[in-house]
Order: sequence, then C-alpha cells, then structure tokens
Amino acid sequence: LTAGGGGNDVQWCFSQVKGAIDDDVAEADIISTVEFNHSGELLATGDKGGRVVIFQQETENKSQPQCRSEYNVYSTFQSHEPEFDYLKSLEIEEKINKIRWLPQKNAAQFLLSTNDKTIKLWKISERDKRPEGYNLKEEDGRYRDAATITTLRVPVFRPMDLMVEASPRRVFANAHTYHINSISVNSDNETYLSADDLRINLWHLEITDRSFNIVDIKPANMEELTEVITAAEFHPHQCNTFVYSSSKGTIRLCDMRASALCDKHSKLFEEPEDPSNRSFFSEIISSISDVKFSHNGRYMMTRDYLSVKIWDLNMENRPVETYQVHEYLRSKLCSLYENDCIFDKFECCWNGNDSVVMTGSYNNFFRMLDRTQRRDVTLEASRESCKPRQVLKPRRVCAGGKRKKDEISVDSLDFNKKILHTAWHPQENIIAVATTNNLYIFQEKVN
Amino acid sequence: MSLQELAKQPLASKMAGADSDDSLYPIAVLIDELRNEDVQLRLNSIKKLSTIALALGVERTRTELLPFLTDTIYDEDEVLLALAEQLGNFTMLVGGPEYVHCLLPPLESLATVEETVVRDKAVESLRKISHEHSPVDLEVHFEPLVKRLASGDWFTSRTSACGLFSVCYPRVSSTVKAEIRQHFRTLCSDDTPMVRRAAASKLGEFAKVLELEYVKSDIISLFTALASDEQDSVRLLAVEAGVSIATLLPQEDLEALVMPTLRQAAEDKSWRVRYMVADKFSDLQKAVGPEITKNDLVPAFQNLLKDCEAEVRAAAANKVKEFCENLPEDSRETIIMTHILPCVKELVSDTNQHVKSALASVIMGLSTILGKDNTIEHLLPLFLAQLKDECPEVRLNIISNLDCVNEVIGIRQLSQSLLPAIVELAEDAKWRVRLAIIEYMPLLAGQLGVEFFDEKLNSLCMAWLVDHGSCYNVEAATCNLMKLVEKFGAEWAQNTIVPKVLGMANDPNYLHRMTTLFCINALSEVCGQEITTKHMLPVVFKMSNDQVANVRFNVAKSLQKIGPVLDSNCLQTEVKPVLEKLASDQDMDVKYFAQEAISVLSLA
Repeated sequence: LTAGGGGNDVQWCFSQVKGAIDDDVAEADIISTVEFNHSGELLATGDKGGRVVIFQQETENKSQPQCRSEYNVYSTFQSHEPEFDYLKSLEIEEKINKIRWLPQKNAAQFLLSTNDKTIKLWKISERDKRPEGYNLKEEDGRYRDAATITTLRVPVFRPMDLMVEASPRRVFANAHTYHINSISVNSDNETYLSADDLRINLWHLEITDRSFNIVDIKPANMEELTEVITAAEFHPHQCNTFVYSSSKGTIRLCDMRASALCDKHSKLFEEPEDPSNRSFFSEIISSISDVKFSHNGRYMMTRDYLSVKIWDLNMENRPVETYQVHEYLRSKLCSLYENDCIFDKFECCWNGNDSVVMTGSYNNFFRMLDRTQRRDVTLEASRESCKPRQVLKPRRVCAGGKRKKDEISVDSLDFNKKILHTAWHPQENIIAVATTNNLYIFQEKVN
Repeated sequence: MSLQELAKQPLASKMAGADSDDSLYPIAVLIDELRNEDVQLRLNSIKKLSTIALALGVERTRTELLPFLTDTIYDEDEVLLALAEQLGNFTMLVGGPEYVHCLLPPLESLATVEETVVRDKAVESLRKISHEHSPVDLEVHFEPLVKRLASGDWFTSRTSACGLFSVCYPRVSSTVKAEIRQHFRTLCSDDTPMVRRAAASKLGEFAKVLELEYVKSDIISLFTALASDEQDSVRLLAVEAGVSIATLLPQEDLEALVMPTLRQAAEDKSWRVRYMVADKFSDLQKAVGPEITKNDLVPAFQNLLKDCEAEVRAAAANKVKEFCENLPEDSRETIIMTHILPCVKELVSDTNQHVKSALASVIMGLSTILGKDNTIEHLLPLFLAQLKDECPEVRLNIISNLDCVNEVIGIRQLSQSLLPAIVELAEDAKWRVRLAIIEYMPLLAGQLGVEFFDEKLNSLCMAWLVDHGSCYNVEAATCNLMKLVEKFGAEWAQNTIVPKVLGMANDPNYLHRMTTLFCINALSEVCGQEITTKHMLPVVFKMSNDQVANVRFNVAKSLQKIGPVLDSNCLQTEVKPVLEKLASDQDMDVKYFAQEAISVLSLA
C-alpha cells in the first residue's frame, strides 16, 4: 500500500455514492464544500441548504485491506439559516461556503463552517452514558408520592446507545461587509483568518467580539476597484505566513511578523501574460479560484479557469509547473461567457505526499495530475460506474479534428454537470468528489 | 423540579412531603435539578452543591455524589465552570484533608475539557486543594494525577498539567522532584504549540520554586529554547518568563544566562514579540538592575521607540515615564537628555495617532523628573505642540495630566496655548470628547485660578448646559458647576453662576428651562440656605406655573431635592402650598411627583 502516493499508477475504483438518485435536484441539496479532517477518519460536506453532513470511516474492516472501510453518516446538523440584513435590504444565503477542521484537541471534534457573513465553530462529540434516578419522579416523568421519600437518591450514569451531538460553540459575526470566500486555521492552532472580496480578518478562536483586519484592498473610491480577493490560506507550518489570490491572477504572500497591517506583501507571484493568447476573456480566465499550500509547505497550487499552476515559494516570476485542465474549452469561451460558466470557481487539492493534484471540470469529469511522471488522466463520476469496486476508465475529449472511438466531442459535454469541490484523504488514496448533489467516494484498487 | 412544576403537583402530596421529612424535600429537589433540562436550574443546583453534600454526609458525598460529578463533563460551560469552582472549596464536605484526594477525579476530568475557562478554573481548584494534601497524599495521589495529565493523549490535559508542577514541586521527595522536572522539560518541547505556550507561560512560576542550581541548569536551557521557538505566540510568552527568571538569578549570572536571549527578543523579527518586550519593559528594568539597564536596556528602549511597527512604538511610548523614573539616579538626567528625549521628540510628530496619544498620556510626568529649567527649555515646546495636535485624544491626554506640570513650572506657562485647545475640544464633534473635557474642568479651574477662569472659561461652562449632543453631557455640565462652586465658594457662585442659571428659566426652549432646575438641584446644597431661599426658590415657584408638564413635575422633584436645605418655616408656609397646588394638577405625572415630594418632606 503506497500511503498517499500513487497517481496514475493507481487504479481508482468506485466505493460509495451519497445523496438522492433522482435527476430532479433540489437547490438546497447542492453540495458547496467537501473537507476531510486531519486524520481522514471524518469527511464533512456542506450544502446550499446550510446543512453540514459528517461521514465517519467505519473501523471494523481495517483488518481486510481489500474491502476497505466505508464512510457512513456520523452526524448531520443545520449550521446556518437564511437571514435578512434589514439595514442593507439584502438576503443572506445559508449556503456553506467553506468548512475547516481544527486539529483534534480532546475526544471531541471541532470544525469551522462559514456562509457569506458568519463563521461558526461547531463541536461534534459522542455521548454513551446518561444519568438515571430521580428523587421526586420516576424515569418516565410520573411524580412519586413525596410521602414515600425517606432517603435521598443521587443519580448515576448508565451506558446508553452512542449519541453524536453537534453543538455550536462560538459565532463569529459582523466582521465582513462582503462575501466570505475562505477561512483558514493558523498553525499556532489559536487563530484563523477569514477572507472576503476586499478584506482579510484575523480571529482568535476563543474570542468572538473582536477581530483584526490584516488586509484591506478596498479603494477609497469604489469606482477605482480593479481586483478582488478570491481565496486566502495560511502556511501549514509557518505561523506568520499567509497568501491570498486575486481576480487578476496574482498571489500575494504576506509576513505577519513585519507589521500589524499586512497591506504590503512580501512576495508577489505572477506569471507574465502570453501575448499570443490575449483575448477579451484573458482577465476573466486568469482569475484564481483556489489556492492551496502543499502539505510540506514548499509549494502552493493555484487554479484558474483553464489550468492548475504549481508555484515554488522561492520563485515569484513563474510557476514551476503548469497543467492544462480542459484546454479544449479555449475555443468555446464565448459561449461559456454567455451561460456564465466562465465564472465557475473550481477548487483543487493535493494528495497526501504532494505528488499528485486533483481538480474538477465539466461533464462530471475530474482530473488527476501526476507531478512526478508529468502525466494526467481524466476520470468521470457517474451513476454508470457505480458497481462496487468497479475500476474507473480514463475519459478523453476530442479537441477537434476526427473523433476517435471512446472519445467525447467537446460539443456534447454537459456544462451543467460540474465538479467544483473535491477532497483527498490526508494519508491514503481515498478521494471525495462532489457532483451537483451527490458525493462520490473513490479509492485505490487493492488486489 | 422547578417551582412551576412543583405547583402542578397535587396538594396532598406536597402536604405529605412537608409532613414526612421537612429537610429532605428541598434537597431532593436540588438533586433532581442537577439533571434538569433547563441550564439555569442545573446551574442553580451546582451552586448549592455544598448544601447537597451536607445533606448526604461525607461518606455518600465521596461514594455517590463525586462519581456522578466526574461523569458530568458533557454539560454547558457555565455549569462546568461553577462545578470546577465549587470543588475547590469542598475539602471539609468530603471529610477533611484526610479525604481531599477524592476530589481529584472530577477535577481531573474537568481539566481536560476544551473550554479554556473551565480548564483554568479546574487547575485553580486543583492548586488550591493541593495545599490540603499531606506530603504523603501529595505523592500517592496528586503527583500521579499531574503525571497522567502531563502524558495525556490530548493537548488539553497536557496544558492543564503545566499549571500544576509548581504547587507540588516544593513538597515532594527529591526523586519525585527529578521526575517533575523531566515532565516539565518534555512539555516545553511538545509537538503542539498550545502546550508549548502553556509551558512558556508557567516557566517563570516554575522557576521560582526550583533550587537555584536547577534554575541555572534546567530552566535557562528551556527558556532559551522557547524564546527561539518557531511559533511567534510561544516566543512572546517566553519574554515574560525571562523577566521572572532574571529576578531569581544573582546579578553576575544575568549577563551570561539571560541577557543574550532577551536582547534577541527585543530585536525579534516578529513585531508581536517586540511589542511584548516593550509592554514588559518596566518589569524587565527592575529585574535586571541599574548596570544592565544603563548598558543594554537604554539602547534597546531607543530602538523600540523607533520601531517600524506603530503598535510597538505605542507600547514603548506608554513606558517612557516609568522607564525614566526607574533609571539610576546618578545618570538619570544625562540618559534622558541625550538618549530618550531625542526619540520622544520624534514621537510627538509620529504618523500614528495611537502612538502620539500614548505618549501624551505620560509625557507630562517627565517634568517632575527633569526639573523646572529642563522642562521649560525642552519639554514645554513638546507640550505646546501636542496641545495643537490634530487628534483630539492627544490634546485631551495632555490636558488631563496638567497637574504634573503645574507642580513644576506652574500652569501659566501653558495658558496661552491651553485656552484655544480647551475651547476647541469643548466644541469637538464627538460628544465623548466634549464629555471628557467637561469632566476635567473642575481640576483645570483649580489649577488656573478663579480670575483666569472667570475671564476665559466661565462662558464655556454655561454653554455646555445647553449641549444638544447628549443628556450625559448636560448631566456632566451641571455636575461640573457643582464642583466649581465647591472650589471657588458660594459667593463666587452667587455673582457668576447663579444669575446665568436662573436666567435660563425664561428660555423659550423647555429643555433649557429644565436645565435650570437640574442646576438648582446640583447647586442648592453647595450654595447653602441663604442663596437657595433668596434666589433660587422664587424661580422654582415661578416655574410651577409652566405650561409644559415635564417642567412642572421637575419643579416637584426639585422641591423634594432642595427641601432639606430650607428651614422648616419656609417649607410650611411657601413650599407646601405650591406642592399642594401641583398635587391637584391635571397631569398624572405632576400629581405623582408632587405627592411623592409631600410625603418625603413630611408636609402632609
């Protein structure tokens, strides 16, 4: 078993699919974020209906590696409710934009979830005992005759069926004027950042009535606005370092040691534009939709509309690797602009040892990009390949010219079926892929 | 069971309950409410835990109540917090010091919950009951608990352990001491920053109970390691530990063992660490003594005052006075004049208003240290510059510390600049600023003297009475008048203030007419019987015919207020008829307050 490694040598096979099967998708059921916890034992999804569903990896089958344990529902709770901002006459959607797990601190698990405005800290804990014994009434609530009470009874805890509870521990509200796009926990494990379109705030996990503004790119005159913050993340080990990406395709790295307000970045990562590819859509497709540090902290990955780029933190002028995700769409940008697909925000993720990255595409396709062998493969999350342990077949899109057998023509791609959110188990080759309202779990085929 | 639920019960059973055993019933309710669904009721029961324990007796408390409480860790934070606190005072209820170790299991489970406040309270209670353990029990029961926590799986238990080492160390055998030192060392290099932070914050406290040889051998290396931790939040906590350690070491060891690390902290790459150094600078100065202060701390302080981060400069600026005060006397003036003052001069025109305002809150204190001549030559220009600062906070901070300068050079030196500054602040757009300056007015008046006041500030004080910004300001302004009269005397009041106040009784705005009444309420006592009866009372009477009901009921309230100042004859013949008339007013409120005044003044 190659822990976290693999990539294209790995044969991916179907494991599970979660969510309703019928084609009629309720808006509230659309998955909006997917995230494994630090051990990979838990997998959380958030949806447009403001719910968080947590799946737990079953432990009993660990002894039989060919039949790897499955993820089953562990806890479901309503994280956010729709609200209305009366001052601005704006509806605040309940949609969960991001979930981030906290490193485990005791027997309970903690996660942060956020919608456009409010971040919440949730505790997910187990309870297997309950108190028994009253003085004045029976367990079923009938009152006892007080005259019969001659001695005092102290309640005792007795075992009961396992109960999983989710309780809100903190609510971090009223700090964002614009829509929150990212949250990220610092390696000091006591602070986290939240980023909206124009500002980044720093919070202490135990303090809800105060946050510090560390980046503010709002111009004095909003008509001079030329770029917005699209994503932000803390470095996995260096507590003082964070990056944020912009709609102009740049990434700024800031050092919080230098000053309290990080308006001046310490590094700016930007690739000069290729003049031959210049078009009306250049700026839109260069907007970065996601930025993720590698686990080892040496690299970061950015996703723009057509490509994934890997940057070495020590080299600002160009990425060390660039992967095309769906280059065949370049000729179709005009229609993608018309149907708004060009503004889709695709996310990306690293595997456990940073050798492979994964990101989504249209037609329920997702891409595995192997960094060591410089190879890539397109896979599909579909109902057709839903048989247990069925191996996923690579898919090919015909970019023009004559269509070969097994190839799919660009014109027949379904742009309503998009994979925006994916997650990779932190150690093992298990991936979670969110299609519109279904969550697919695939894993490495083990013989 | 809550009282509400109790009320629903059949009467007979309540009676029977009361019959059978008077004392059991309320306790039974308390015990049942330990698991009520309503948090408030659970909290209430936990707060009366000692009552429950008393009723159960020591034996059942130990065998039944404590095991139940040990498992109660699922509850809300506020309940757990109350429980952790209660258990710290529970020794007698479990049978005295002999059985105090029975309290360890519930406190141990509370010391592992995720809420910091609960954990801290559990640790506090554990520290408290550790003193009630006999030396033997400490080694048999308490120390193993500390070890269990220190090697716990979750960081919550390990952070709690950090706070317990120092209480058991002095009272255990030397082998156990060695183990404790080893455990502390392990936690200082824990994988998680939370535990290293907890260890760093307890390092100074632990060093205090260690033998000097171990401070030198163990603590110093731990301190050095924590002070160069990769996490900023750990390094900054090491600074405070450094100050405590410095107080423990003999002077000759400081230079070699502590100073290199502290010097490094003062130049740390992270502004938060430098901020911490600036914030702890006075303690540091006291800990290292005069020689190191002269050689090391003076240049370090200069650097902090010139730091590139405004937060650091502001923290350092706050310490300017204290630092200068604590400089060794023989070289104090030279150091201030050649090293500190040049930096201070730059801060006066800092780009950041928090820095300027921090400086303004302490800079006046330098005048007592430097004496009259230096103050006039070097400090006065700075004060004057700050009095003209664009930021009202800065001006306010200077004005509110005028007393320091007054003692040294007299306030007259400043009066030319003071007046425009006061006037401007008095008209500031922010009502809080106006409020602050009103509150300083009596103090200023005392320092400036009656003449200057009458000439320049009197009209200002009267203008405040009609402030539209907030009711606080009007209240503060009347209070200000009262304090001024206390200072300058009744005669001054009669000549300057009273006529103006009474003049407002004819104002077309009813709010201003009411202000007259509020002023009379405040002034009558300090002005005395004669002025009140002769000048104020007729005006109050006249206002009892006011067409606005709010004014009339305030007349009733005013009469009640000033009644005690008047003689009984006047009360009976003049006040009583007016109040009686008001008591038959058409308006309900006027009636009410008139009747209240009549009864309070016993005129019925």
